[in-house]
Amino acid sequence: MPSGQPGRWGRGRLNGAAILPPPLVGELQAIVGKDHVLWRHDELRSYEYDGSIDVGHPEAVVLVGSRDEVVEVVKLAQRYGKPVVPRGAGTGLSGGAVLSHGGIAVGFSRLRRILEIDEQNQRAVCEPGVVNLDLTKATTPLGLYYAPDPSSQGACTLGGNVAENSGGAHCLAYGVTTNHVLGLELVLADGSVVNVGGQAVDVPGYDLTGLVVGSEGTFAIVTKITVRLMRIQEGVRTLLATFDTIDDASRATSSIVAAGIIPAALEMMDGLTIQALQRAGHKGLPSGAQAVLLVELEGMPEGLSESTAAVQDILLQCGAAEIRTAETADERDRLWKARKGALGALGQIKPNYYLQDGVIPRTRLLEVLRTVTEVSERYGLPIANVFHAGDGNIHPCIVFDQRVPGETEKVVAAGGDILRKCVELGGTLSGEHGIGLEKQAYMTWIFSPVDIAAMLAAKRAFDPQGLLNPGKIFPKDTPAP
Amino acid sequence: MAVTEPKIETGHGNVVAESPGLQGFLNERDYEALVKCVHCGLCLNECPTYRANGLEPDSPRGRLYLIRAVSEGTLPVSDEVVDHLQLCLVCRACETACPSNVQFGQVMEAARHEILTHHSSRARKVLSWLFFRQLFPHPQRLKRIGQVLRLYQKSPFPRLMAWVLGRHLLPKKLERLALMEQMAPQLSARFFEPATERAPAQGERRYTVGMISGCIMPLAFAETNEATVRVLTANGCDVILPRTQRCCGALAAHSGDGDASADLARANIEAFEAFGFDNLDSIIINAAGCGAQLKNYGHVLQDDPRYAERAARFAAKVEDVSEFLARVGLTAPMGEVSRSVTYQDACHLVHGQKIRAQPRELLLSIPGLDLVEMRDASRCCGSAGIYNIVHPQMSMDVLDAKMENVLATGTDCVVAGNPGCLLQFNLGLKQRGHQPRAVHLVDLLDESIQKGVAAGREQ
Ligand SMILES: Cc1cc2nc3c(=O)[nH]c(=O)nc-3n(C[C@H](O)[C@H](O)[C@H](O)COP(=O)(O)OP(=O)(O)OC[C@H]3O[C@@H](n4cnc5c(N)ncnc54)[C@H](O)[C@@H]3O)c2cc1C
Ligand code: SF4
Ligand code: SF4
Repeated sequence: MPSGQPGRWGRGRLNGAAILPPPLVGELQAIVGKDHVLWRHDELRSYEYDGSIDVGHPEAVVLVGSRDEVVEVVKLAQRYGKPVVPRGAGTGLSGGAVLSHGGIAVGFSRLRRILEIDEQNQRAVCEPGVVNLDLTKATTPLGLYYAPDPSSQGACTLGGNVAENSGGAHCLAYGVTTNHVLGLELVLADGSVVNVGGQAVDVPGYDLTGLVVGSEGTFAIVTKITVRLMRIQEGVRTLLATFDTIDDASRATSSIVAAGIIPAALEMMDGLTIQALQRAGHKGLPSGAQAVLLVELEGMPEGLSESTAAVQDILLQCGAAEIRTAETADERDRLWKARKGALGALGQIKPNYYLQDGVIPRTRLLEVLRTVTEVSERYGLPIANVFHAGDGNIHPCIVFDQRVPGETEKVVAAGGDILRKCVELGGTLSGEHGIGLEKQAYMTWIFSPVDIAAMLAAKRAFDPQGLLNPGKIFPKDTPAP
Repeated sequence: MAVTEPKIETGHGNVVAESPGLQGFLNERDYEALVKCVHCGLCLNECPTYRANGLEPDSPRGRLYLIRAVSEGTLPVSDEVVDHLQLCLVCRACETACPSNVQFGQVMEAARHEILTHHSSRARKVLSWLFFRQLFPHPQRLKRIGQVLRLYQKSPFPRLMAWVLGRHLLPKKLERLALMEQMAPQLSARFFEPATERAPAQGERRYTVGMISGCIMPLAFAETNEATVRVLTANGCDVILPRTQRCCGALAAHSGDGDASADLARANIEAFEAFGFDNLDSIIINAAGCGAQLKNYGHVLQDDPRYAERAARFAAKVEDVSEFLARVGLTAPMGEVSRSVTYQDACHLVHGQKIRAQPRELLLSIPGLDLVEMRDASRCCGSAGIYNIVHPQMSMDVLDAKMENVLATGTDCVVAGNPGCLLQFNLGLKQRGHQPRAVHLVDLLDESIQKGVAAGREQ
């Protein structure tokens, strides 16, 4: 890779010689138009990353404008034997949209129309580039919303959500993406177009929708998504409980769930996270707290007061130093803005983060968080905890600086140690961010060779040539399909 | 199959390479502001240029990543990089969206400064010198240019041009020029030149305030400046208008001429100091872009030991006219203005100064006025200083998206607190066959107060 010194290069020229687009690029331009293809090295630098710590360089980026263009691009890639990697907003946290094996990045940022909102049947049909929150904004006036709400919902796309089977704060009560996707239009590896699923949750035949949701762009390219919309609940209460120790907060989490209460959301943030948010200018968080729980309850007004009182009791019993209730919609928004901005705010502490996504049985929360503290001390790396406590999906976030020699490797090792503990405790590698490049090496911890062979068989059935998002999910030494 | 070599083989995918740290291009301070970006991408959907073309290098994250690569020496300052950086509107919507509080505006200005001084063609440098050193800082020159332009605008040429443009009779290159002509502001009938340096309060004096008259405002919006003085005096303010004040330097700073903007900052500080900072309750500005720059004087002059402290004091006094009026409350009698309007959050008010509630509050205090909110009122209109002249295509794409939301409200009267936005909206309205009815908030307040005063006199 030419890592030139800052200097002056001519447009499309390197040392005076005009760089002509390679034939592949010329053909891509013919399909989607010149303005929608990037191929010059310098411009491609901005496509080498996503939200994770992985990098990889594409040979070209195309922004498709229709399903038919996707079909043409896939056929072309097949002819050239080039990998095709779909890309939504590039907020993924496991390197899913990173081109580790070169090839063509197919961006969906132009396909962002909501095609249909069916108010009566509570459904919407969307292009894959529709931003998660934009769908909710468009349906709010009808009293409807799209339930899965990843913290990145202001930017991430439905296509990415489908590929990663994303969750969010409110998935504790309402389920993750797969519970809300009714049907998909797909472009397969050979360029054929199929529709799977339908208008209802259960359709006859194989549940191919369920298979494709969470397949991380390795089975097919999603070109249209039919989702279920939910009615906005009448009543909502949002509480913020402050704790002096993270142990108390963990205990409170387990106790709430043990009491049979399912809050709409139950989120934890630790002291370091709160510090970061405060530095980034977020207001209304308790200074000096070691942990806070953000609890949201929804429902009919009558039942709501009752469950709120019950939750408050438990929080106090578990040692909450203070409980605040959001009195206005503004206050509630502010709390959620802080929670959803927590990861980004860590930039105030260090310029990089490496976020883990382990899942553990809820009852083991205390143990795993102690391991996190222990790993943090052992490696001398600060780790922030901000996560969906209610469903045992932890997000220890190791903050670091890629400018410090050797730190990146240390960080990867520390992350591995935490994940191993999750697995030992009877948990698993990923709750919602996918395996991608980041966790493929650990797949053998939880899957036997036979398990992996079964998955590989599915992959071969969809993509015999291995062109769709290659090099992901499966451990590196797995024979290519 | 072509396979790119992964950078580090760890078995954990392709982990990011060790970064070499700052090698040049930015100074330490701006670089540290830049590395607070963790490339989470949460800003993408708020960026008007990314929304328009979907390209990562035209998103805030992409731009910051390119700037970082350049300052770490792993990317040359190639034309492609420069193009993506120049296509930024510096609307700072990404700052509002960013959970890490990355000071994007600061970083981008620093990068543009570097580009202008070390990586620009001669022609660009001359143009910049002409505009930001020879033209905007000199009110008299602006006034003279205004006289010439006014003659042109009264002539039949502009209408002829619109006719030609409408029929696509021009070659592409010329069409772009012609579009620029259409975008040029309709100038005010006269130049804003207050007769005295102190306009006295009507009735009892409550406050003494300074007022910045700006460089574009006196030329294209003389009436709005006059209205601002009237509204302030009607609400019990003595208004000080120092003759020696100059352009605030925002346009120069956005284009990367930091030195020119610092000179202007010094001149303005001196102009107001002559009246004694302590005697002024506020320094008022009615243009959002200027306000954001004036409030930033502390930063602009932080390395100038003679001015740093004075600049900080000056900046602390600056308030947007809406901010000030909402803070002190309106006392003048208000008459009915029965009209329905929609409000556009000028970028440099809402993102640059976090002013969102005050203008709406003031609008709602006008009897008879109906405020219809548009969708995404805080998204840029594509005007952005001289952006619409330099990047007409992107500017029009951004405007198209905006006008759709405006017209969906059912009103075509747009209220905004910045001259650039008003010009842009008037263009958008004209292009769509509407009367150019974009107005400044103070124009409406002024109308209401004049009616209120007249009604009081009748009784
Ligand atoms: C600050 C932050 C907070 C986050 N919070 C959460 C959270 O709370 N919960 C959660 O689950 N995730 C979270 N994430 C992770 C991420 O936002 C999700 O995984 C999201 O779904 C990715 O969407 P995207 O559009 O950015 O996809 P990308 O990152 O662009 O792509 C992700 C994967 O989807 C594939 N893909 C994209 N579009 C298509 C398509 N049309 N067809 C087929 N495959 C496709 C890509 O190939 C890739 O493998 C967070 C990320 C960040 C940065
Ligand atoms: S500018 Fe802020 S929001 Fe945008 S990618 Fe960087 S850290 Fe995230
Ligand atoms: S300043 Fe505006 S145009 Fe520039 S990157 Fe930020 S949001 Fe985009």
